[in-house]
Amino acid sequence: MPNFVNRDITYGQAIREGLDNAMDRDPNVIVIGEGVPDPKAIFNTTAGLREKFGAQRVFDMPLSENGMTGICIGAALSGMRPVMIHQRIDFALLAMDQLVNNAAKWHYMFNGKISVPMVVRVIVGRGWGQGPQHSQSLQAMFAQVPGLKVVMPTTAYDAKGMLIAAIEDNNPVMFIEHRWLHQIKDNVPEEYYRVPIGLAKVMHEGDAVTVAAFSYMAVESLIAAKALMSCMGISIEVLDMRSVSPLDVASVLTSVIKTGRLIVADTAFHSGSIAGELISQVAEKSFDALKTNPVRITSPNHPTPTSHFMTEHYYPDPRTIVDTIVEMLEVDRNLPSYQKMCAMVRRDGPHDTPNRGFTGPF
Amino acid sequence: MQVEVTATSKQSGHLGLLRSMLRIRRVEEAIADRYAEQEMRCPMHLCIGQEAIAVGICAALSSNDMMFSNHRAHGHYLAKGGNLSAMLAELYGRSTGCCGGRGGSMHLIDLDVGFMGATPIVGGTVPLAVGVAWAASLKAENRISVIFLGDGCFEEGVVHESMNFAALHNLPILFVCENNKFSVYTPLGERQASRPIYRIAEAHGLSSYVGDGNDIEEVFSLATNAVDNARQGKGPQFIELSTYRWREHCGPDFDDHLGYRVAHEVESGQKDCPIAKFTARLKQSNILLQSEVEKFETEITEEISDAFNFALSSAKPSAKDAGERIYA
Repeated sequence: MPNFVNRDITYGQAIREGLDNAMDRDPNVIVIGEGVPDPKAIFNTTAGLREKFGAQRVFDMPLSENGMTGICIGAALSGMRPVMIHQRIDFALLAMDQLVNNAAKWHYMFNGKISVPMVVRVIVGRGWGQGPQHSQSLQAMFAQVPGLKVVMPTTAYDAKGMLIAAIEDNNPVMFIEHRWLHQIKDNVPEEYYRVPIGLAKVMHEGDAVTVAAFSYMAVESLIAAKALMSCMGISIEVLDMRSVSPLDVASVLTSVIKTGRLIVADTAFHSGSIAGELISQVAEKSFDALKTNPVRITSPNHPTPTSHFMTEHYYPDPRTIVDTIVEMLEVDRNLPSYQKMCAMVRRDGPHDTPNRGFTGPF
Repeated sequence: MQVEVTATSKQSGHLGLLRSMLRIRRVEEAIADRYAEQEMRCPMHLCIGQEAIAVGICAALSSNDMMFSNHRAHGHYLAKGGNLSAMLAELYGRSTGCCGGRGGSMHLIDLDVGFMGATPIVGGTVPLAVGVAWAASLKAENRISVIFLGDGCFEEGVVHESMNFAALHNLPILFVCENNKFSVYTPLGERQASRPIYRIAEAHGLSSYVGDGNDIEEVFSLATNAVDNARQGKGPQFIELSTYRWREHCGPDFDDHLGYRVAHEVESGQKDCPIAKFTARLKQSNILLQSEVEKFETEITEEISDAFNFALSSAKPSAKDAGERIYA
């Protein structure tokens, strides 16, 4: 276990530090992506890496997502450990052929003779007019492909530890970062450490309802959990899922057996989401444990509009979560404590930025 | 750029080239003969008629050079030194196959000889070969990377992306374009504008050559020059070689009754046999005796027979194993 000294840094800084530590540790780690060494440095997550490790290990890249993914796969087959970065997950769609047909399959189709150790960092978004093509949470699309691993860490601590674990992993790993997490801070050790891929973490203990949450929705769920507890005495259990593939169904089952109720909070579209997959697996394995219908909390099944007037109700938030729980538990909404709770989770500031201090663009 | 064809290979080299082409031809014919038995249950793209390219290119390489290929990979795999028994066992879906039955004809690999993998998505392995060259360059390893691609690849964006990066980083890679003028049943003229393919590579900044892919000496000479260039740090090399596929796109038969290729073209394509042409030339120059051809044939027949026996007597993989090795 790493030493815990009080050292709060942001999620974005933790990613940068994870890359830095991994490159220090292993000369085969290389970093490439559109804008990696530029002045904005992928939201500062790659700042200073070229200065420290040189142009032979830190690369900008032609606007060739598919070709460059294949080139990174080839480099990985030759013993390199490339970390490829897309500023938007939407750009990775151009590389689906290489990711799905080659990266994910190489180890299997060649009978385990060789593998593809590479990481693809992709950033998903929300708000500030990200619109239809800069904001899609497509984790389920990647998670559907056997051979790919997909992770979505929520805390700065996990971001660094899971990035290092992903770089050390001998398989292709999609590392999905929510842009709104980049500015959150928590305690991150300076040293090199790993957080294992494929394990959920209990963020908040409780016995009334299990909320299995992905990425930024874990932050929203934690706000909901605190408000439910302090205003209404309802204790929910929040699981930060952290990994999308492999999916830690066992931890969710353990919690659901305790609570009897399940909500899955996902950043993605409603249909075909990993939220639906998780509920299916819980229902298949432990249907009797469920006292009420499980519920998915997701974005609606339509593309994300750009205008902030149109996104007013697009993204689920802590209010969505508390209301879903209140309905599930059949709590009286006329109680003053309910009103108090609603006031508590009301967003302070515009709905399309992570906080008041934020000004676009991003 | 044109390179003057010079007879650099020695007499023994000549015989080796002929034997290697003959071996690939006989393997492919044996596969075609047995395909109807319904035991090799996977798509099969035979390279009969195109042997000179695989052999001529591979003869110019070292064993530590790395190679990728495509759906029509048997010749490339064998010419690079890939294990014949493991290939045939793979076609039969056996445990001893080079992919343990997970791949079939379209997925060949033999890491021992630098054959890094063949897959059937058109253009799909092109960037991987560039990546291998990139790694060799980053690690300052003395090896080059080779990719076999067809004319159809030039319709795939990823190929242009790959060439740009190879040129941008001056990578030690040889692109070998086998232009057999057809993508399945569709002629080149219905797919691409009329301009020479090798000029596209040239425009990307590659040293680019063009030649007769059915003339083994020409292929070998072009390959030797390009491989030397790549090794000397002169950046990515490209050779376009014209050739002709004799049999159907996929499967063991001839398919000219379908009428997608005009009769005289098929006839002249098959008349331009790289093996017959080279044999005649060697005999004319008194380098080759008929008895040597017969000796090759006997040896090859025996080797192929042994390899088929190996494949057919190999263990069958268990269906229970199908979910294994998804992750490393």
